[in-house]
Amino acid sequence: MKRTSFPSPSEKDAPISEFGKQRRNMLKYFGASAALITIGSACKKSSDDTPASGTVDLGSGDVGILNYAYALEQLEAAFYVKVVASPYAGMTPLETEYLTDIRNHEVGHREFFKAAITAAAPTMIIPALEVDFSSIDFTSRTSVLSTAKAFEDLGVTAYNGAGQLISTTGNGPTYLGLAGKIVSVEARHAALIADLLSPGTFANTVDANGLDTARTPAQVLAIAGTYIKTKIDASHLPS
Amino acid sequence: MNLQNIITEIEKVDPEVYERFDTRRKAMKNFANIGGKIALAAVPLAIASMFNKAYGQTPGDVNSILNFALTLEYLEAEFYNNIVISPGYATASAADKAALLKIRDDENKHVAFLKTVLGTAAVAKPTFDFTGGKGSGTGPFAGYLNSYAVQLAMAQTFEDTGVRAYKGQAPGLQSNRVALTAALNIHSVEGRHAAHVRQMRRALDVAIPVGQKPLKPFITLNYSGIDYPPAQANINLSYSGEEVTTQAGVNIVNLGGTFNTAAAASEGFDEPLTAAQVLTIVNPFIV
Repeated sequence: MKRTSFPSPSEKDAPISEFGKQRRNMLKYFGASAALITIGSACKKSSDDTPASGTVDLGSGDVGILNYAYALEQLEAAFYVKVVASPYAGMTPLETEYLTDIRNHEVGHREFFKAAITAAAPTMIIPALEVDFSSIDFTSRTSVLSTAKAFEDLGVTAYNGAGQLISTTGNGPTYLGLAGKIVSVEARHAALIADLLSPGTFANTVDANGLDTARTPAQVLAIAGTYIKTKIDASHLPS
Repeated sequence: MNLQNIITEIEKVDPEVYERFDTRRKAMKNFANIGGKIALAAVPLAIASMFNKAYGQTPGDVNSILNFALTLEYLEAEFYNNIVISPGYATASAADKAALLKIRDDENKHVAFLKTVLGTAAVAKPTFDFTGGKGSGTGPFAGYLNSYAVQLAMAQTFEDTGVRAYKGQAPGLQSNRVALTAALNIHSVEGRHAAHVRQMRRALDVAIPVGQKPLKPFITLNYSGIDYPPAQANINLSYSGEEVTTQAGVNIVNLGGTFNTAAAASEGFDEPLTAAQVLTIVNPFIV
């Protein structure tokens, strides 16, 4: 089934609300019901949808989620490779050490997804994405660290939101476990970068319940899109 | 059996059901539309199925996992509640004090959140012995209230263990999307805490085992980064298995470049702990 709708631009920055999450759960259920009793006139095979030319389709199912993660890791890795290759003015030895560590981790994540998707579904892996870092001043500590914080916080919300989209059967639980292994490292990065920008702000993202937030792929890609030139179609991802 | 009766039953184990239900009003409207087209006798079954989707196909298992998480949060919350009024904490810098208050607040919020979610199914708070002496008060961490360095070592171990514990339970929550997402949203906060406590310990230049410097905000190999002979074996359990460098059959070492050493490859992925492993780690602290 196609996902029902994308958030309007005004809500694209907002984390998934309880309402949104629960409503989607319900919609998923009702979608199944509708199919069973064949009211499913709105149902349409994803293969009927032809992506716009030049658009990269993440695909569907668990492979779609892996491609989604691969896309985000490509973005992060490309960013830190550039940060380390051309350090901002006044980068301290400790900052160099940490940013190099993060570069290593993010490149590892990117290459891991590339290898894992290639092994699991060689015909479905997305290509290398073209990034657009024109809005970032790589000579400025504030610009670089602010962008790093945005990417790491976005990564945390992306993985937190993707967990529930992974299937409960087959390799699904394994994939969820892998996403879990990565997301806490992204959270460590996020805390570290936040502390570099403003000491003590390692967990300022948490809500009144002490929880981090989760975002849908559509919400995440609307934000990440500023930095990715390649057009991404996430419409066939599980919802 | 009508819908109201079902909700009343659910309310017994889930006091928040009205709130949850209210947010699903539109979905319920959709359901009503579908309901008109299916046999009346099938409706209760369909409603039960709907709640299973939302609350988990095996609510008992989901509750068990959430109670396991609640127990860990009780431990963390009480630990921080204790240390922030201790002589050891009094020696900390203003920035460190503020950070520990922030972490204390988050952990207490996690307790409150999980208790609310579990309702009457929530387990009671155990009695803790933070000396690690199972109630003797004379365990290997005796005197922790007077030593800020020991407090931070314990905080790091609890946070890193918490990260690994939640991670290990995530697949068990897959049947309940709301619970899974909530657990993931707590999991990443524990990761943030761990990263900060590690930075605090590095800045304090605390005792670190030979060969494990510098202490990173991430877990390098199976390094604890903690040199505390009285409880070294138990501390090391929290880091055992973190040295993994192969993920889903993919060797991460040298992947993408020679900078991806075994140390970097292990740091990039945190590893789960099973419930049994976690219980072995926290057992000395629970009376």
